[in-house]
Amino acid sequence: MTHLPQNIVTIENLSKTFTTRRGETVTAVTDINLAMEEHSFTCIVGPSGCGKSTFLRIASGLEKATEGTVHYRGAPVIKPCEHIGLVFQEYSLFPWLTARDNVASGLRFAGADKETRHGRAMEFLDMVGMTPFAGAYPHELSGGMKQRVAIARALATNPDLLFMDEPFGALDAHTRILLQQELLNVWEMTRKTIVLVTHSVDEAVFLADRIVIMTGSPGRIRNTLDVDLERPRRRSMPRFGELTDHILKELEPER
Amino acid sequence: MKKNVISLSLPFLAPTLFALAWAFLSQRIANQVILPGMDQVAGLLVHPTHDLISMGSLIDNVLVSLTRVLIGYSAAALIAVPLGIVMGYYALAFRFFNGFLNLFRPIPPLAWVPLVMAWFGVSSLATLTGVETGQLFVTLNNITFAMLFIIAIGAFFPILTSTIHGVRHVNPTLIDSARVLGASEAQVFTRVLLPAAMPSIITGMRIGLGIAWMCLVSAEMLPGSLSGIGYMITHAFTLAATDIVIAGMVSIGVVGALMDRLFHRIETQKFSWQRQSNP
Repeated sequence: MTHLPQNIVTIENLSKTFTTRRGETVTAVTDINLAMEEHSFTCIVGPSGCGKSTFLRIASGLEKATEGTVHYRGAPVIKPCEHIGLVFQEYSLFPWLTARDNVASGLRFAGADKETRHGRAMEFLDMVGMTPFAGAYPHELSGGMKQRVAIARALATNPDLLFMDEPFGALDAHTRILLQQELLNVWEMTRKTIVLVTHSVDEAVFLADRIVIMTGSPGRIRNTLDVDLERPRRRSMPRFGELTDHILKELEPER
Repeated sequence: MKKNVISLSLPFLAPTLFALAWAFLSQRIANQVILPGMDQVAGLLVHPTHDLISMGSLIDNVLVSLTRVLIGYSAAALIAVPLGIVMGYYALAFRFFNGFLNLFRPIPPLAWVPLVMAWFGVSSLATLTGVETGQLFVTLNNITFAMLFIIAIGAFFPILTSTIHGVRHVNPTLIDSARVLGASEAQVFTRVLLPAAMPSIITGMRIGLGIAWMCLVSAEMLPGSLSGIGYMITHAFTLAATDIVIAGMVSIGVVGALMDRLFHRIETQKFSWQRQSNP
């Protein structure tokens, strides 16, 4: 028997329709079929309003699908569970808690004792280089620092699958590139399965094993593409530019 | 330098002019019932432990009033905050309660007095606890349900309104984050909605405390009241002791201002995180 990588999450025929206040029906995403292999890094790129965020909310159990299913290791995902983490774009840290207590909050919800919480929180703050800021409140941190803490917080509950909804979307270009590299380090250290939504093609090519290209609206999958670039990747690699160009073309609206 | 002196002395200018006008007018009027001298009122205020017209001292009465307000106010907060969180979070609960509660909101606390008297009469904490003698009875008997009700009604709506407002403006990403991190519905309430709405709740509690304190005088005019700063004022009026009336009013103002300062300190110290953290 060959040892094929396992699919950790499978999404089948997923659609989501909303009814607006005026009674109109809007389809956010439709006909999404996708599976992620264990330990893989997938990026989903697409224009604004293509339903990327809606898709992640459903996949992480925050919202219900209108049609279709999400399975995590064979079990249907209908509400948030401890195996699946989600990092938001911004404003997700609890502003009344220090960085350390933010990272510890998942363990607190789970009822872990103080010593365990603090120990693990410090461990994950260290992983993202935030140890000196353990006692700082979110409003005292820069945008990049906040996202580091948010990533540490999502990892602290030890999920196998980590969804990220444009986690670097609100950062300046320099910080963004820095955090992309750090995320890759974290990924290599923890071997989590990561699904990251972004509208930056550059980011997707730099990070992903596989890129899912979505178009709106309604949001659907246009194409998926394996990134045949060795790691560590550099933006100066010729293939990097080719892939970026190729994906940008795919993203152009059909005429 | 010169500018500094002017700017520093500015806040004292109005009180000084006021004091001068008071001194001048009380001299001219020369009638203690209409306007007693400032020195008379000040004399009462600097000796707050002296017994006044056999109603107890100024301090005693202020303490009795404070106890009443704090009990009535706490009762209001204990109902208004949880109710406000539920109403702010669940649209259905809001629809269920809001129209009904809005019928009561415009009714001035004073308008409740006759009904409240019919309900509670002079029954007090002493009636409830069954204490019938001794100093404890006197203390408990001072705290009648009718009074507590009037005070609680006054404090209830500001606390409720600001709690609902606070919960509604909680950034939904915080709630989603908590849920993804494994928070139960109860934990979302206690560990997210409550702390996130707390600045707004504290503001409401500050306003509510001010109103509760204002409702006090009307509450202390109720039958069965034989103490308290409001009672002291009304009773002193019937005895034409205007100096005591004014001293009582000053005490009400000072205590109210102190309580407000206290809340303000809590607001600024405990909730510094609120300043620039949320959209």
